[in-house]
Amino acid sequence: MGGRGAAFWTVILASLAVTLLAPLAGPQAIGLPALLHPGASGVEGEIFWRIRVPRVCTSFLAGSSLAAGGLAFQALFRNPLATPFTLGVASGASLGASLYVGLGLGFTLLGFSGETAASFAGAMLAVGFVYSLSRLKSGFTTGGMLLAGVAVSFFFSSLILLIQYMSDFTKSFNILRRLIGGIQVVSFGPALNLLPFALVGSVVLVSLAHELNLLSVGEDIATSRGVDVRRVRKVVFGVVSLMVAAVVSICGPIGFVGMMAPHMARMMVGQDHRRLAPAAIFFGGGFLTLCDTLARTMIAPVEIPVGVITSLLGGPFFLWLLLGGQGGRIS
Amino acid sequence: MKDAAVAVENFSLELGGATILREISFSVRPGDYLSIVGPNGAGKTTLLKCLNRVLTGGSGSVRIFGRSLEEFSQRELARRVSYVPQLDGRSLPFTAAEFMAMGRYPYLSAFSGIRQQDRRELNDAACRAGVEDLLERRLDTLSGGERQKVFIAAALAQGAEIMLLDEPTTFLDYRHQVEVRRLLSELNRRGGKTVLAVTHDLNSALTGCNRAIALKRGELVFDGSPAELLRESRLREIYRTGFTFIEQPGSALPFIRPGEAL
Repeated sequence: MGGRGAAFWTVILASLAVTLLAPLAGPQAIGLPALLHPGASGVEGEIFWRIRVPRVCTSFLAGSSLAAGGLAFQALFRNPLATPFTLGVASGASLGASLYVGLGLGFTLLGFSGETAASFAGAMLAVGFVYSLSRLKSGFTTGGMLLAGVAVSFFFSSLILLIQYMSDFTKSFNILRRLIGGIQVVSFGPALNLLPFALVGSVVLVSLAHELNLLSVGEDIATSRGVDVRRVRKVVFGVVSLMVAAVVSICGPIGFVGMMAPHMARMMVGQDHRRLAPAAIFFGGGFLTLCDTLARTMIAPVEIPVGVITSLLGGPFFLWLLLGGQGGRIS
Repeated sequence: MKDAAVAVENFSLELGGATILREISFSVRPGDYLSIVGPNGAGKTTLLKCLNRVLTGGSGSVRIFGRSLEEFSQRELARRVSYVPQLDGRSLPFTAAEFMAMGRYPYLSAFSGIRQQDRRELNDAACRAGVEDLLERRLDTLSGGERQKVFIAAALAQGAEIMLLDEPTTFLDYRHQVEVRRLLSELNRRGGKTVLAVTHDLNSALTGCNRAIALKRGELVFDGSPAELLRESRLREIYRTGFTFIEQPGSALPFIRPGEAL
């Protein structure tokens, strides 16, 4: 237990350290005076406080949300490959956002941008589909569900292509840009938009740690121990869709973070979701921040979209899990 | 009159258009040890799962200590009824101690951990099931018999009066069969647990229990004492095969072997 406790704090602190140091990385060196005076003018201060810090905040919140969502789905479906992305939630959200852009809509809903609302609607559509599939037929395997997720993703991608094809050049380019997940922000606005989703979602999922533990053993055991499986499933589906939709509406689909981050956290702190959930959430934030820092510094001044980097890492990782890599069992 | 621990009345269940259980009625007194027997596909496991809402739906009524099943929250139900599923190959990346601690779920709130009271219950359960030495082991690394004892210990930790067990001894080696049977019998006699165990092995099922019911194609075809169940004509009717009865010195029940005498 002691070893696991130490691992837990190492994960939390390392993730925070990466996040705090990340704004310092970049082609423009930042001097101490600029760091200490957020309001002061000057190029260094501008770059640090107006560009890098908002960007790191966004990437941390986005990474945390994706990791939390991935972790919850992995427990719910008892499969490390079952994440919001593999089950089609992200493509649903992308479809929603593409429709919003393609149709040239402009509205706000309850204080959130229309794009967030459209992404959420798309995400719910995908989740609703997968959810009813899982209820429709008892004994529907997780493997079957993953394949259904692939089918949903393909179908939605085709719809996105159709929307793109029908749109004019500017809109089409806009859609394309958001299909490549990336964190291009120049204000605190996006981070503030993400914050309520990331915060509330994380608290809800951490509060379900006992339930996630039991669900990862099996629904029969969970039910017999007193978990209201139906309610938990609904809450998880709803909360995760919201979190992922919020991320997708701001950063586009950033793939594989929801699969890799929880799995790596699990390898370090173990299966107990009371530790694992907070660890995965912090680790996801630190992980995406690190990837994004690499994305904007590796071949600076050119930026690689961070979605490209996470996918380049995630593809091989997926295959490794599929081949029975440590800790996971694909049923 | 004291409420029955479990009272099932006219319970029927359809799944996917097929009738799995048809108008089942039986009741179990507190302190009973009931074996539920019958051939494959008779609906034994399904019936067991309906008693603690692992499966939902169905018509008719199920009452636990006089209270209708629908009136229980899942948590309340878990404090009265615990469950040991059939041993299967599912992956269980937890230690025995972690897994047992999950048995305390019905007593925990969202952010709370295991308290002193829970710890006592867990220790007690581990002692009674004889799994103290396995607590730090990962479930994946345990043998079937060891795992089964941990599952029973976890069910005990739930502190429920009624224990439901699905094929508790079926895939175990002889030593563990004996140990698990003895453990269940002890929990029933000294621990005051009401035990409902599904099994298809009559010899192991009927030692220790004081009552048996038999299902055949979803219908209840027998309800009575083990000795009454072990009649040639009755078994032939239930299992559609002959049996050989071998008297056992020192036991009221004969040993039975499927198939006619050679």
